[in-house]
Amino acid sequence: MLGFMRGQPLLSTVIHREKMAAAPVMMPYFGQQISSKSDLVPDWTRQEVSTGTTIMAVEYDGGVVIGADSRTTTGAYIANRVTDKLTRIHNKIYCCRSGSAADTQAIAEIVAYQLGFHSIELDEPPLVETAANLFRASCYRYREELTAGILVAGWDKRKGGQVYSVPIGGMLVRQPVSVGGSGSTYIYGFMDANYKPGMNKEQCMELTAAALSLAMERDGSSGGVVRLASISEEGVERRVILGNQLPKFSTH
Amino acid sequence: CYCHCECYSKPKGFFYVCIIYLLAIKVGCSVPAARKTGTTICGVVFKDGVVLGADTRATEGMIVADKNCSKIHYISPNIYCCGAGTAADTEMTTQLISSNLELHSLSTGRLPRVATANRMLKQMLFRYQGYIGAALVLGGVDCNGPHLYSIYPHGSTDKLPYVTMGSGSLAAMAVFEDRYKPDMEEDAAKQLVRDAIAAGIFNDLGSGSNIDLCVITKSKVNYIRPHDEANKKGVRTGDYKYKRGTTGVLTKAVTPIDLELLEESVQTMDTS
Repeated sequence: MLGFMRGQPLLSTVIHREKMAAAPVMMPYFGQQISSKSDLVPDWTRQEVSTGTTIMAVEYDGGVVIGADSRTTTGAYIANRVTDKLTRIHNKIYCCRSGSAADTQAIAEIVAYQLGFHSIELDEPPLVETAANLFRASCYRYREELTAGILVAGWDKRKGGQVYSVPIGGMLVRQPVSVGGSGSTYIYGFMDANYKPGMNKEQCMELTAAALSLAMERDGSSGGVVRLASISEEGVERRVILGNQLPKFSTH
Repeated sequence: CYCHCECYSKPKGFFYVCIIYLLAIKVGCSVPAARKTGTTICGVVFKDGVVLGADTRATEGMIVADKNCSKIHYISPNIYCCGAGTAADTEMTTQLISSNLELHSLSTGRLPRVATANRMLKQMLFRYQGYIGAALVLGGVDCNGPHLYSIYPHGSTDKLPYVTMGSGSLAAMAVFEDRYKPDMEEDAAKQLVRDAIAAGIFNDLGSGSNIDLCVITKSKVNYIRPHDEANKKGVRTGDYKYKRGTTGVLTKAVTPIDLELLEESVQTMDTS
């Protein structure tokens, strides 16, 4: 509400702060919340927590492989360096979260509840398409208020392994391979060149690990460890690849 | 048309307050700032439970409003919560969830779980879209073991073995990243948390005074306030009073003034 009036007075406060502080942390002023002009509390404590992120999901015959980095940032500070962005929605349906941490956590928990209820009523494991539509319903209805880019992936009996992309704005589209998050821009080319239909599970795992490593190397908002999961009829298998074990690519 | 005139004649209500606020800043007056706990708070999971730590300084802008405030709030007999951000928000939020959790516990007939408190807190904070400025470190021990969560004002949470929040969190996190080990003993964990808060107190202007600790295990809770008085007020070594006779007296004339004592009341000043 105070938004349109805040420009002028707070600008002067920012200048004042930079002169006062002995060793100022040079932070560009992003702040969007109402906050008191306290010089003692630095900017990044008031910024929203975002999963900067690189996320990826690949279909193969018999299941899906999903992967994500593990960095959550508030401004330039890494709030959590071991985040798990692969969130369980149901036994064999997971989602990869990117965008605002609060928004995606809230949506994922709501959809998990709705899907769990639906599955009990149905007395059957739910379809991946159902989960994707529940995400789309929330993301589209509240599109003005939310910042959430989600990949829904899983296995069901009807269509096997499926990947659905629900980007910011609330579109829903099924794709054999999908990437998301701020780091995804760096790996579209790698993806287009290296993905081939008919890969098996291990090949998909290697492709995902390689793609995520490349994105984490270039994107400041992505980093930490690589979390992988494969979902198939047999169940869910989770893996973690630590920093020193990541595939290495060097430009020189 | 009537409406139009009203708007142009005189600003009213909320917008009037905004304009006054802007004028006050232009003129140079300081507008009262919300009291914030500048703060360093942290928590660590050790072998038998969790240790929560906090400093005790509350600031109003650049002035220390409270030199010894309590930032570790009670949620339930087995769950405590440290709060950073706007002091009123952390106080009221933790009290509300504590109350609801007690009702929930009576309804289920069980000791409340930390995950339940976490869900209640995050759902409330998300509902208010970050306008409730409460950044919390929630820790406790329940039937599934010790748990530690960090909760941000917008409603996102992280479940981790060690967390720090507040303006001094970077200083405290540096200590944790250097010396944290899984499955520590209670004394080592207490020392680690004490050192992390001390790092915040001595390197961050928004944190200061004493170190409070809260050790939660399966069997008991040890609320240690203060654990360490890191900033005790010193004793004055000198005096500004001069002895009679230091200045030579040349003449002295005493004129008594007739005064009638009507009322006498004594009020002691708080010099704590």
